[in-house]
Amino acid sequence: MTRSSRRLVSFVAAATVASTLAACGGGGGGGGGGGGDEENEASDVGITEDTIRIGAHYPLTGVAAPGYSEIPTGVQAYFDYVNANGGVNGREIEWIYRDDAYNPTNTSQVVNQLVLEDEVFAIMGGLGTPTHNAVTDFLNSEGVPDLFVSSGSRLWDDPEEKPYTFGWQPDYEIEGKIIGQYVAENFPDAKVGLFLQGDDFGEDGAAGAKQFLEDQIVAEETYVPGNTDVRPQISALQAAGADLVLGFNVPSYTALSQLTALQLGYQPQWFYSNVGSDPALVGSLLARFSEGAVSDASLLDGVLTTEYIPTVDTPDDPWIQLYQRVWDESGQEGELTNYRAYGMSMAYTMIQALQSAGQNPTRDDLVAAVEQAGADWEGPGFAPFRYSEDKHAGYSGMLVSRIVGQGSEDLTPVLVTDNGDAEIEEYDGEATTPPESGIPDEEPVN
Amino acid sequence: MSDLQTPASAAGAATSDAPVSATAASNASSAQATGGRTFLPRNTLLRHLLVLVLCAVGAVVLLESTDLGFNAQIGYVAYYAIAAGGLTVLTGLNGQISLGHGALMAVGGYTTALMLDAEEPLPLVVIFLAAVALTSLVGAVVGVAAARLHGPYLAGATLALAVGLPGLALYFKETLGGEQGLTVSSPDRPEWFTEAIRTLSGGSPSGVKWIAYISVACLLITYFLLANLMRSRVGRTWRAVRDQEVAAELAGISLGTWRVVAFVVSAAAAGLAGAVLALVVRLTAPTAFTIVLSLSLLTAIVIGGLGSLFGALVGSVLLVFLPRLLRDAGESLDMDAAQAAEISYVVYGVILVVVMLFAPAGLVGSIRLALLRSRARRSARG
Amino acid sequence: MQQFVNLTLGGVITGAVYAAFALALVLIWRSTRIVNFAQGAMAAITTFIALSLIESGQSYWVGLVVALLAGLVIGAVVERLVIRPVEGGPELNAVIVTLGLFIAIQALISVLFGVNQRAFVAPFSTIGFRVGDNSLALSPNTLFTLGAVLLVMVGLTALFRFTRVGLAMRASAFGQEVARLLGVRVGRMLTLGWALAAVVGSLAGMLIAAEVTFVTPTYMDALIVFGFVAAVLGGLDSPVGAVVGGLLLGLLLSYVRGYVGDELVGLAALVVLVVVLLVRPGGLFSTTQTRRA
Repeated sequence: MTRSSRRLVSFVAAATVASTLAACGGGGGGGGGGGGDEENEASDVGITEDTIRIGAHYPLTGVAAPGYSEIPTGVQAYFDYVNANGGVNGREIEWIYRDDAYNPTNTSQVVNQLVLEDEVFAIMGGLGTPTHNAVTDFLNSEGVPDLFVSSGSRLWDDPEEKPYTFGWQPDYEIEGKIIGQYVAENFPDAKVGLFLQGDDFGEDGAAGAKQFLEDQIVAEETYVPGNTDVRPQISALQAAGADLVLGFNVPSYTALSQLTALQLGYQPQWFYSNVGSDPALVGSLLARFSEGAVSDASLLDGVLTTEYIPTVDTPDDPWIQLYQRVWDESGQEGELTNYRAYGMSMAYTMIQALQSAGQNPTRDDLVAAVEQAGADWEGPGFAPFRYSEDKHAGYSGMLVSRIVGQGSEDLTPVLVTDNGDAEIEEYDGEATTPPESGIPDEEPVN
Repeated sequence: MSDLQTPASAAGAATSDAPVSATAASNASSAQATGGRTFLPRNTLLRHLLVLVLCAVGAVVLLESTDLGFNAQIGYVAYYAIAAGGLTVLTGLNGQISLGHGALMAVGGYTTALMLDAEEPLPLVVIFLAAVALTSLVGAVVGVAAARLHGPYLAGATLALAVGLPGLALYFKETLGGEQGLTVSSPDRPEWFTEAIRTLSGGSPSGVKWIAYISVACLLITYFLLANLMRSRVGRTWRAVRDQEVAAELAGISLGTWRVVAFVVSAAAAGLAGAVLALVVRLTAPTAFTIVLSLSLLTAIVIGGLGSLFGALVGSVLLVFLPRLLRDAGESLDMDAAQAAEISYVVYGVILVVVMLFAPAGLVGSIRLALLRSRARRSARG
Repeated sequence: MQQFVNLTLGGVITGAVYAAFALALVLIWRSTRIVNFAQGAMAAITTFIALSLIESGQSYWVGLVVALLAGLVIGAVVERLVIRPVEGGPELNAVIVTLGLFIAIQALISVLFGVNQRAFVAPFSTIGFRVGDNSLALSPNTLFTLGAVLLVMVGLTALFRFTRVGLAMRASAFGQEVARLLGVRVGRMLTLGWALAAVVGSLAGMLIAAEVTFVTPTYMDALIVFGFVAAVLGGLDSPVGAVVGGLLLGLLLSYVRGYVGDELVGLAALVVLVVVLLVRPGGLFSTTQTRRA
């Protein structure tokens, strides 16, 4: 399937799908927006009159399972909620996710299975850079929509080579830029140290930050995930005299770096990227230490971070309230965590995409819908998506905040930008609230 | 590593005379012992050629009668089996353990990825040969060190190899892609292949099918070459080096040299396996070549039956399909995906233990042993 | 300078942790000539049992005792149930059995305790001692870890060298037939060897958990490799060798991390191991004559 044929198909689809906006007939109330007068049809692989099948790969076992294995349960909860309220255009969503143990060979194997045997309509939220990198070529050559990869790598924004692949979260580079500019403006004299995960996450983040901080950086330390001893790295940052440390790391390394710094008597200003901050998780990990040998109860107090979707430490946020309701109704084990909230936010976006794709979408319609309507979707994200025919990158921005006690206070308005040397600007849109039903209501694009 | 061999062969019997002994010895040599009773030609090369042709026909039938999903799985079996075939020569025939063959596969995989990425990539055959050559070279270096080591010391050194070598890909991230790895562009499907498949089964072939055929072809060629090698003077020398160090040395065999040769041969197989892996997975990344891969290869050859190519193949099939079958079984029992994955590993681990307890010669070895026993009983009676 | 001191101290601590694990491997090697790949998983499950107790309000010491007892039971049961049948058989079969156990036990931990990180609070303060304005990477808890490891080393050396049981265990491992003729109850000795090794392994698991601070079902994975390398480095036969091997490896890896890069830690381990083994194929502290190659 070539790109030109995809365009052609979506054009034909546009001509055939009726654009009337009659109320959704049958299928139960509240469900998808729009919906034509037509009957539901099995319009493509993975879609029947009353079901639509979505697949994904996550690390459910092994070293990367902690935390990440919770994301699909959040997605499950939200899709269950949508299904209980009539599904999308009367179709029930079947959510199939499989374990890849964060090993690319497994990923390619399970994605083969999802596409060739389970015959999913689309892949959503495949997690991890090396893992998902193994399957984008395959998905694109098979013409399977590869939506909302759960990774901030810039690899997913390549409409020329990978027309079916879309990012979702803000990529690490724009996060690095926003953080870099904030630090340069507010801490112009700081000696900055970088604490980086040894992959594209750390690299891209550092590259973004360096656009503004090149002269201020005094040390750059990298850890390889899996090594649990970061004393050498933290010692090196301390030795270099860094008094502000930017961490592009995952939450467990936030906790680890905090404890190690405490052990070494090292007290810089910490600034963790969004991925690593997760105050609820890190706090619960560190909480046990406050009872024991570590005396400081709120180790994370005063730490700077960024946010782009609502998090569970703001229980009054209307989105989090919706998620809490959805999670409680789903009856799954465990608490609502930020990983699950992440999954729900992404699932919400997925419903928007399916609604925009029309009543009887093909795989290409889905891709076209994201390209055409994605930038206008209002959802849990603070900033809009960057989707267009030429751009497959996710959220365009975030805000800088400070962790205070159990919650956080915003330090900047929502800042939006793009890759490369694009300016950083304040976003002038309003904060969104979820619709009454808790389910989006997008018009079909055609 | 003299412990590797069986009590029977340790007692001094030449291995080909002792087909009733368990494991390596019986697996490696029973073909000859039973050769007289089959309808296959007596000449080794001819016999192997015939088997090769039969297997090739069987493989085409298998690939064309199954769906694309199954075709895709075959690629995974193929790269495991190629590497396991090489390892079973090293461990089964020559008696050297290696926990580091995953790292050697990485050498082959990265070579393939880099060469396919070129502006005008060379023909696939050339690329594969280059991957094999380079890995053999690395294997020679490792082999020279390994020839001096025994038992757990060799295990430890090769284990460190498995953990250490992929780190290079992280360190030289400009060329080797770092953590996210190098994507492997699928080689172009030649016209004749499309035509052939169309006439064969009427369907139009996809990239998945092309790669499945490449993988199977590599597997068959490797096993053909290895089988001939095992039946040749070289194979007999390796067995002598394994079983009778002193006698072999007295006969003028240089132990060190032959150990290095065995390592090079198995490294060559690992290199090809890595090249196939690169095509099948479409990516080479450090996380794909972890210690788990090396240990899986060892598991495949022991579970299948040490020293036997067929055993290595059976073990590889098991490695690819068993975890999946268990996971699917778990899901059909209404577990969620995470539970099913976890439980499947519990069962998988238990199965490994149980097979070793009840079939110590591996699956193929134990079945062969049972057949030989019943035949011996019959002939004793008659 | 401060960085060098801290890297050295950090290396010693990490090294002690490797040594603790290597000691358990040495113990099993000395008693049954098997390298136990399940060691890490067995230690991890006892640590999780202890952690559950600690989280429910028991003291660390209660948890430690329970972990050691659990290790004793698991070690003995594993030996009697699955190791005994493969003992004396092909060496690789035992390796695969321990690999199978490793996979099964690690997955069982996920089933029983979940996959998420849990905080493991050390029994003593982990805040570094202060020298002038500087904090050292040396805390009361690291002293406890070091002390415990040295104690085990001395204990094991004494056991093997000075007691009848130790002698009987060594005899059972090296020559079962002869040992049996001399009246040693070989089976019992093998079970005892595994049980003791599992106790040491459990202790290592508890010490390591306190050092890595956050435990998951896979937290011992890196230790399997580096603990094994440390044991081989020292010569698998010698408890002193295991500790020296562990400390050397810990120091080396700490310097590599601090001055070169985390990525090359594995490669550094490989290089030092190969160099040492090429000079002394039986490890640094090998007691037996090297075999003819």
